[in-house]
Amino acid sequence: MDLKLSNHTATKAEVQAISSVLGDPDSTWRGGDRAAADHHVARGGHSLRDQRHRLLPVLHAVNDRVGWISRGAINEIARRIDVAPAEVYGVATFYGLLSTVERAERQVHVCIDLACMMVRPDAEPLPHGAHESPCLGLCERAPAALLIEAGDPQVQQVIAPATPVAVRAALAGDLTGDAADEAPVVQGVPQCADGAIDDLVLLGRIGRTDPTSLDSYRSAGGYLALRRALDIGAVAVIRELTDSGLMGRGGAAFPAGRKWDAVARQPARPHYIVCNADESEPGTFKDRVLMEGDPFALIESMTIAAFATGCEQGYIYMRGEYPRARRMLTNAIAQATARGLLGDDVMGSGTAFHLVVFLGAGAYICGEETAIFNSIEGFRGEPRNKPPFPVEVGLFGKPTLVNNVETMVNVLPIVLNGGVAYARRGTSGSTGTKLFCLSGSVARPGVYEVDFGATLRDLIDLGGGLTAGRTLRAVLLGGAAGTFATADDLDVPLTFEDTRAAGLSLGSGVVMVLDDTTDLTAYVRRIAAFFRDESCGQCVPCRVGTVRQEEMLDRLAAGATAASERDLMLDIGRVMRDASICGLGQTAHNAIESAIVKLGVMS
Amino acid sequence: MNGVPVSVAAPVRLVELTIDGDSVKVPEGTTLLQACRGAGCPEIPTLCYGDTLTPKNACRVCMVEVEGSRTLVPSCSRKAEAGMVVNTSTERVNHSRKMVLEFLGSATDLSVAPNVDRWNDDYDVDIDRYGPDRRTQAQPVKRDNALYVRDYDKCILCYKCVDACGEQWQNTFAIAVAGRGFDSHIAAEFDTTLPDSACVYCGNCIAVCPTGALMFTSEHDMRAEGTWDEAAQTVTDTICPYCGVGCQLSLHVQDNTIVKVTSPSDHSVTHGNLCIKGRFGFQHVQNS
Repeated sequence: MDLKLSNHTATKAEVQAISSVLGDPDSTWRGGDRAAADHHVARGGHSLRDQRHRLLPVLHAVNDRVGWISRGAINEIARRIDVAPAEVYGVATFYGLLSTVERAERQVHVCIDLACMMVRPDAEPLPHGAHESPCLGLCERAPAALLIEAGDPQVQQVIAPATPVAVRAALAGDLTGDAADEAPVVQGVPQCADGAIDDLVLLGRIGRTDPTSLDSYRSAGGYLALRRALDIGAVAVIRELTDSGLMGRGGAAFPAGRKWDAVARQPARPHYIVCNADESEPGTFKDRVLMEGDPFALIESMTIAAFATGCEQGYIYMRGEYPRARRMLTNAIAQATARGLLGDDVMGSGTAFHLVVFLGAGAYICGEETAIFNSIEGFRGEPRNKPPFPVEVGLFGKPTLVNNVETMVNVLPIVLNGGVAYARRGTSGSTGTKLFCLSGSVARPGVYEVDFGATLRDLIDLGGGLTAGRTLRAVLLGGAAGTFATADDLDVPLTFEDTRAAGLSLGSGVVMVLDDTTDLTAYVRRIAAFFRDESCGQCVPCRVGTVRQEEMLDRLAAGATAASERDLMLDIGRVMRDASICGLGQTAHNAIESAIVKLGVMS
Repeated sequence: MNGVPVSVAAPVRLVELTIDGDSVKVPEGTTLLQACRGAGCPEIPTLCYGDTLTPKNACRVCMVEVEGSRTLVPSCSRKAEAGMVVNTSTERVNHSRKMVLEFLGSATDLSVAPNVDRWNDDYDVDIDRYGPDRRTQAQPVKRDNALYVRDYDKCILCYKCVDACGEQWQNTFAIAVAGRGFDSHIAAEFDTTLPDSACVYCGNCIAVCPTGALMFTSEHDMRAEGTWDEAAQTVTDTICPYCGVGCQLSLHVQDNTIVKVTSPSDHSVTHGNLCIKGRFGFQHVQNS
């Protein structure tokens, strides 16, 4: 393309960062120096423009190395992958972790979201230099913060619990001692920490095997499921999945067998598989725990899924704020590849499967299944209109299987023991076990695995009950996009069908317990602020609706009592639900309406 | 034959659907908007829809109700399917349109957007209920070149200018959507001025802008002076004199002065697009 670039040039560090992703330019056509041959041979065209999917990784590289993305860097990126600088800028400004404004190399992102705000003193202002972050997915260790220090290599360090002292130390660059060591994964899984693993299907290996060792994984039954899948064949795998009745765990509860079958049947090639690990729903951290504690399980499951649905290339789209999960998965992929469990010839079966970790950059919306595609393809992470659905037209316009991490790892027990055996647990409408992210005012927050059908009361009891001396006010069920349950709902079985009947939703498995000391007004306003921040801005109902919803709450909090405010609230919610493009806008009103109507907050 | 074109394309299947209670047959691939317009339904308002662009369905004002669908569906992009039961003016649809018009009206200046005043009456729009302190897009007009102005207080973020500037027509890619959420806006890289950007001043973005956010400087200044009078204008069609492509120009003339140049969007050569010379190079006509 004939690009018009400004005179700004990239620094040496920026060029190095760009080349670390794209390689050194081999000719002037790829942004290198002009050699004599370049006057006679054209190497532009499609091969150059087909690199757009490397845009986000290359932006990440510059941001990780320098701390921000300058005009010179954007010019260089534009030149190297043949994308107009206006478009590069549009993509860079979409993501929360990327900056197009010069800033210090050391950034401390302090979580101000739901679980953390409950334990952080209200009056405590953030130390100078730290800035607010949406949920970091560390709710069991709240309050949490994340240190990101640009450089070569970039440093990411979880700080949890993020005491004011620890945050100030991180800002000063002298995070040492206990604060510098992240707590072992198993601490976030109390069932495993207690050794009560007999009934666990998904979490059983956490804390028992070494997540950095393939041998350790294999000695605990790892890769038997893939062996069996290759033995019984793709059609039989999908049949087992269908028999299992497995429903997607990402929030929409779509039957996984039907999705797999639909992808497998698509005549268009290639097929892609994307694992949605962009876990960003406030209060959700189960996928992080799975990836950190049992990374090979995810890789094995995805390999089975790829084999069953005819995919040769897979992506794990992981949010950019999970440093340990990224380390574990990158290591696991390398080991599996070295041992022939990934690559051109998986387990000697003749089928190929290549898998990469693709890092998000701070955008909740990229967990929407079609926004993921745009993000990977190098566009702004805006959701696409459906239909067509991903099983027909997905990543790069090809049939694509998208499942979240928890859904994916359920495949192992299903393939290993058969779908019928799997379906014996849980209820007829919700088979198997479910992971719940228990946080807030409970004695032992963490990820818990229970059979579908356990009640809210069972779950809270499993977590050791409420924090001593507190009484239950409400439970946020399903995350910011979910609804509030009250003491009256404690005996509702946590299944898809029972929660639906009770006007609740399981969503992503968030169970955040609020007690009598929780400032519900601040809590609800934070939910509204979260959606206002995270709306992609593409469609009017969500872009403006999330702002108007927050303003309405501001007026209520300031003492407005007019009945017209209530009408307005319902009107805003209704249009967001009816007319937004994607699930974010369609659910951004749930918790707010539930708080006002059901809990009577601000009324 | 008498000039009737002979179709050499493969025959197109018809799909039968129900629109507002009437059975309708349309060619496969027809959008619901086209089908509804053909069926003579009550007007479906549109803003981000452009007849020369791929529907973006971002504004969500053209929503209709399709039985069996959990949410309303955008008629501009949703294709008609056999057996669909479509309703274009239910209470649910009207509520949604009212709210979208209220959201846009409360955040942006729609004073020169065609039809919006009428729709506001039709759908009982009340923007005052969002309070005096509501966030809006109010901002100074951007004047950084002689040919056109950008008044983003009027921008509803329909993406049409971006699509027209980019791969759908001009392939210049001078502008894109930057930022996120309510802060999303149309911008060149680092919000630089147009002369610093890749803009080639074809003005094809002006041609597709539905709200007057992008406007000829001549029109903008006359509106500011209060002298813009569309009723007093004539439109003269001619062919652009500059090169051999044969673009059709529509010269908008007021008081014997060319005040704006457009091209019909259904013209087979231009599809509404022009270049800088055709769109802005008309001063020589006025030279005496």
